[in-house]
Amino acid sequence: MKTKAFKAALPYTIPICIGFLFLGMSYGFLMRSKGFSFVYPMFMSLFIFAGSMEFVTVELLLSAFHPLHAFFLALMVNARHLFYGISMLEKYKNTGWKKTYLIYGMCDESFTVNCTVTPPPDVDRGWFMLFVTLLNQMYWVAGATMGALLGYVIHFDTTGIEFVMTALFVVMFINQWEESKDHRPALTGLGCSLLCLLVFGSQSFILPAMALIILCFSIGRRYHKKKETP
Amino acid sequence: MTTAQSILTILAVVLGTMTTRFLPFLIFPEGKEPPRYITYLGTVLPYAVIGLLVVYCLKDAFGGGHFALPELTAILFIVGLHKWKKNTLLSIGGGTIIYMFLVQTIFR
Repeated sequence: MKTKAFKAALPYTIPICIGFLFLGMSYGFLMRSKGFSFVYPMFMSLFIFAGSMEFVTVELLLSAFHPLHAFFLALMVNARHLFYGISMLEKYKNTGWKKTYLIYGMCDESFTVNCTVTPPPDVDRGWFMLFVTLLNQMYWVAGATMGALLGYVIHFDTTGIEFVMTALFVVMFINQWEESKDHRPALTGLGCSLLCLLVFGSQSFILPAMALIILCFSIGRRYHKKKETP
Repeated sequence: MTTAQSILTILAVVLGTMTTRFLPFLIFPEGKEPPRYITYLGTVLPYAVIGLLVVYCLKDAFGGGHFALPELTAILFIVGLHKWKKNTLLSIGGGTIIYMFLVQTIFR
């Protein structure tokens, strides 16, 4: 049963493997270039296992100690998981002990595969989803650790390498922009953040920006509802 | 930051991340319907947060010595390359290399 599920899951994770190794390695290499031991990216990729937030955490670790800020930032950056979770309530049903790990390892890529792929009828669904999630996490942790280890061996001028995080988010922004017709959510995020950056300055704009974004969406939704119901 | 503070920061991030993953399953045990407001936030927040993160990455660039010129140049390059090739990894890699080149040579 397990072998069958593994064989069914593996092909779906190969493209993710390439992406995760590349991004994971740049993340590990970045951490090493900032002076962290390889233990940091290894454990962070294992326990946080949310790519964007791990990049952001590098920045957090290099600034002043503020755990509450880190907690709220993680909540906000990963808020999309709430949505994934709501979509997976049905699919993760009746998977027994596997359910805890499936939820723990629910990154964007594992969610996408588990949400859209229906395994062949003779394959156990729970094991299929478990292998998808597990393989993806293994690629990511391996990439991050290898990247950091590479940082011990390869030495070059790494000035500016932290831009890999900006590049990642810019590309994600373009991808999201092109796949959705309604650009208001993206513009709300960009606009509120820029406004708060101007008003509160670079050290303390994140929390007000998050609050403003949620406020805008709440008002916008109420306005929509009024328009819809005559 | 001391090692203990680093570990606490990482734990806070783990806790925040895991809250977002486990919360729906805790408050909506099998069969309970989530409220519309939550599902609505779930559909729009992912788009807004990426915008927030782009600004977060650039937060110190505007105050720097070059008025964010290397950052904006590299971002324009990424947008162009991504529109052209539509290859996520190529755009990220290419953009980073261009930026590193800019800050190591022209904008030292």
